[in-house]
Amino acid sequence: MKLNINGQEQDIDADRVDRLLEALGMAGQAVAVELNRDVVPKRVHATTALKDGDVLELVTLVGGG
Amino acid sequence: MAAFLRQYERKAHPGFDPNDRGYDRKLEEKIKHMSPEELDALMHGDWDDNNSQENMATSTPTPNALDHAQDSPLIVGGKTIASRLIVGTGKYRDYEQMQQALEASGASVVTVAVRRERLIDADGKSMLDYLDTDRYTILPNTAGCFTAEDAVRVSRLGREILDQLGNPGKDWVKLEVLNDKKTLLPDPVGTLEATKELVADGFQVLCYTSDDPVMATKLRDAGAASVMPAGSPIGSGQGVLNANAIAIILEMLKDPASGGDPDYPVILDAGVGTASDVTIAMELGADGVLLNTGIAHADDPVTMAHAMRHALDAGRLSFRAGRIPKKLYATASSPWDGVISYIPGE
Repeated sequence: MKLNINGQEQDIDADRVDRLLEALGMAGQAVAVELNRDVVPKRVHATTALKDGDVLELVTLVGGG
Repeated sequence: MAAFLRQYERKAHPGFDPNDRGYDRKLEEKIKHMSPEELDALMHGDWDDNNSQENMATSTPTPNALDHAQDSPLIVGGKTIASRLIVGTGKYRDYEQMQQALEASGASVVTVAVRRERLIDADGKSMLDYLDTDRYTILPNTAGCFTAEDAVRVSRLGREILDQLGNPGKDWVKLEVLNDKKTLLPDPVGTLEATKELVADGFQVLCYTSDDPVMATKLRDAGAASVMPAGSPIGSGQGVLNANAIAIILEMLKDPASGGDPDYPVILDAGVGTASDVTIAMELGADGVLLNTGIAHADDPVTMAHAMRHALDAGRLSFRAGRIPKKLYATASSPWDGVISYIPGE
């Protein structure tokens, strides 16, 4: 499956948001997911399907002012 | 006699100028000629001044200057903020230093940024491993956003992370919509647009803005939980460049005579370079100060964090105490009465 993740084209075998996070080693971390410009709340990660060409942003908190 | 002794005691009373005594020389003379018995009775006997206001005043315990319980709490967006100093978590040498500086600052609210997760080095250190999210209220910012649309996206992503963390800051956002990377000045049009959209989406918007009083009222009217004018450009360390503009913002937003609300929080955000800048902002009447670089890039950030904390207390107490008016000419602290010297012009 071809996905654009954080601005990079990736070929990843993950058909759901929760499986994508698992494949990237981010399961269980504080990560917010934006799918095609809409936030996907954590409670629906396991029920949100991914398809070819989806654009995702995976973000976390860093130091800032 | 008792009145004389009280005045005489002022010599050793802490907080008074030792030269500021206006005692009666005749009374002093009488005391010198008293018998030891009379003197003892005077010093240890019941004085006839139990109803004296001065006596009551001196018997009142001195308030603890740092007792914040006596101050009205700072409430922003329905939440009480324990410390009026809000600090950032960016630019520290390492996370250990950040932890120590946050501790030293006494802050209860800390700001963070929302950034892409690293896809390659996902096992690297995370700030969240070093930030006690049970202790601090996290205030996510929209730093790096140059459009209202992106600021709204980032706000919603920040809310999602804080919701996962169960942090009370989850409906808060420190809104920044910037114009360009060089000045980091706020884009007023984009800021107002984003404020309206975020308020409609249920956010408590703590709104970074310039020191323009008109813009400040428009953001307040748009529903911002707090307006946060800049003292000077972000990270510039120039302090409060236009104290008059900040004073006008405070009057317009907080003075009922100007259509303001004394409880509406105005927080000085950005530009603080050193502790006295924090004091100046608080003396003007700001409800709090938000800063990051002034601590994180000091030679010794932990010591500077202490300084900022005390500077905030000093400024707040000074504001509450009410400063003396500025006068063009001098007024003597010591009495003219009894001066033995030649006085020019008299």
